[in-house]
Amino acid sequence: MSALAVERATRASRIGLVLAVAVVAALVAVPFTGNAGLMRMIVELTALLVLAQMWNLLAGYAGLVSIGQQAYVGLGGYALIVLADDLGVNPFLAVPLAGLVAAALALPTALVVFRFRGGYFAVGTWAVAEVFRLLVANTDALGRGTGRTLKAVFPLARETRELGTYALAVVIGLAALGAVYLYLRSRQGLALMAIRDSEPASESLGIDVFRTKLAVYMIAAFGTGLTGALIYLNLLRISPDAAFSINWTAYTLFIVVIGGLGTLEGPLVGTLLFFAFREVLADHGAWYMILLGALAVIAMLRFPQGLWGLMAERFGVHVFPVRRRARLPG
Amino acid sequence: MAWLDTVLQGVLLGGLYALFATGLSLIFGVMRLVNLAHGDFSILAAFLAVVAVGTWSVNPLLALVVVAPLMAALGYALQWLVLDRLLGRGVLPAVLVTFGFSVIIQNGLLEVFSADSRRLNPGGIETASLALGGGLAVGWFPLLTFAVAVLLLAALQLLVGRSAIGRAFRATSDDDATAALMGIDTRRLHGLAMALSLAIVAVAGIFLGIRTTFTFSSGPDRLLFAFEAVIIGGLGSLWGTLVGGVILGVAQTVGAKLSPGWGVLTGHLVFLAVLLLRPSGLFAPSRRGDG
Repeated sequence: MSALAVERATRASRIGLVLAVAVVAALVAVPFTGNAGLMRMIVELTALLVLAQMWNLLAGYAGLVSIGQQAYVGLGGYALIVLADDLGVNPFLAVPLAGLVAAALALPTALVVFRFRGGYFAVGTWAVAEVFRLLVANTDALGRGTGRTLKAVFPLARETRELGTYALAVVIGLAALGAVYLYLRSRQGLALMAIRDSEPASESLGIDVFRTKLAVYMIAAFGTGLTGALIYLNLLRISPDAAFSINWTAYTLFIVVIGGLGTLEGPLVGTLLFFAFREVLADHGAWYMILLGALAVIAMLRFPQGLWGLMAERFGVHVFPVRRRARLPG
Repeated sequence: MAWLDTVLQGVLLGGLYALFATGLSLIFGVMRLVNLAHGDFSILAAFLAVVAVGTWSVNPLLALVVVAPLMAALGYALQWLVLDRLLGRGVLPAVLVTFGFSVIIQNGLLEVFSADSRRLNPGGIETASLALGGGLAVGWFPLLTFAVAVLLLAALQLLVGRSAIGRAFRATSDDDATAALMGIDTRRLHGLAMALSLAIVAVAGIFLGIRTTFTFSSGPDRLLFAFEAVIIGGLGSLWGTLVGGVILGVAQTVGAKLSPGWGVLTGHLVFLAVLLLRPSGLFAPSRRGDG
C-alpha cells in the first residue's frame, strides 16, 4: 500500500475543462455573428492576455521582473512588417516567424540584462528597450520616427483579413495558455518554481539556474514578439513610439498584479477587469490608468496574491493546477 | 574648437545627470530600493515649481525653498506609509509599487497640467554665457548646475562619512537587522533617506526645467539617465556617480553632434559598453554585498 497519493487535478480543474470547452465553442461562434467590432475587441483582449501570461511566466515564476517587454512587442511588430512587406512572406505565417525573430534577439539581450540583479534588472531591461526603440527610429528602411504601414494585406478582402486575424488570435491565445500550463507542469516547470522559492537550494539539487532562466526569458520573448506581430496585424500601422511604448508593460503588469501573480488564472481575471475598467472610464481620459496604478499598489500592500489568489485561498479553487499535492489515502 | 565646445557642454550636462543619479544611488545604498518613479518625482517637482512661480511670481530657483521641503515630506510619508512595508519581501513588490507611482504621477500630471510642454524662466541667467577665449563660451546656468551638483555631492559625502546619521545610514546599509538591534530606528532612517533623495531630485527637476522644456512624460528618461550614471560610475561611489554623469553627458552631446537623433542613443550604447567591459562600473568600492 502506498502511503501517499499525488494529486495533480482538482474538482475545479474538471469543471474548468467543461467551462473551457464552452468558451472555445463561443469563440468559434463569434465570426458567424459578423460583428467585426466584437472580433477586433477579442483580438485585442487575447493579445493583452498573452502578454500578461508571458510577463507572469517571467516575473511570477522565474523572478525576472522585467520592465522592458515592450522591446519584444515592438520587435515582433516590425519583424511582421519586414517579413510580410519586404520579404514577401504570407502575413499570417509571418506572425509566428516574428516571434522567432524576437526570441533570436532575446539571446544577446539576455547576456546584457542578466548582468543586473534584482531591482536593477527592471531598469536595465527598460534601458535596453529604449535602445531598440531608438535604433528603429533611426533606421530609414523602417520608416524612422513615422513608422510604416502593413501593405501585404491590402490585396485581401477586408472580411478575409479580419477573419484570418481573429482565427489566428484565438489559436495563439489558446495555444499560449496551453503551452504555459504544460510547461509549468513539466520537469522544467518544476525546476522553475523551485528556483523561485529558493535559488541556492534549487542549485544545490542540480538545477541549472542560469539556463532555466535564459530559457524562460527566450520563451517570453517569443510569446511577446508573436503577440506584437498579432497586434500590428490588427492595427496595420506601426510607429516606434507606439510599438515600443512602456504602456504595453504597464498594462501587462497591472493585469497580472491585480489578477494574481504566479497563477495561470490571475492574468485571465486581470485582463477582463482591465477591459471593464477601460470601457467604463473611456470618457475620463487618463483616469483609468491612475486607478489601475493605485489598485496595483494597494494589491501589492494588502493582497499580493491578487484577486484570483484571494479566491483560491478562500475557496481552494484551482482551475489550472500546476502544483502537485500529496493526499493520504482513505 | 567646435568639438572641444561639444565635450565641454557634455561635461556640464553631466553635472545635471549626477544630480538625478545621487538620490537614486542614495536609497539603493541605504535600503536596496530601486525607485522606478525617481524621474517622475523630478518632473512633479518641476510642475510644483511652475505652480509656485505662477502663484507668487517668484524666481524658480527661489521656488526650491518651498518645493524641496515639500518633496522631502512626500518622500518621508511614502516611505513610512508604503515602501517600508515592502522591504525584505523580495525585489518584485518595490519594483511594482514604484512603477505604479510612476504611472500615477505621469497620468496625474497629464490630467492636471495637460500635455503641453513647460519651461521655468529664471529671468535671464539661462541665456547668459561666459566667454573663455578662442571662441569658446560656457553658459552661466550649466556652470551653476555643475557647481551645485559638486557641492551637493560633497555635502552628502560629508553627511554619510562624518555625521552620526551618516554612520546610521552606513550601518543600515551593511546590515539592517543588526543596525536595528543597536538601537537605530531603521524605519525613521529609511524615511529620512527617501526624504533626502526626493529633496535632491527636486533640485534636479527644477534645474532641468530651467535648462529645457518638459512634459508630464519626461520622467522615465531622467530615471534611465540617472541609472546609467550610477552604473557607469559604479554602485556605492558618490564621486563615481559624478564621473558617470559626465561620461553619459559627453557621450550624448558628441553623439548628437555626429548625427541628430543619435544623442540619447549614443549615451545608452556607451552605458552598455561600460556594462559589458566593466560590469561593476568604473569606480565601485570593493565591498561585499554591493550590487
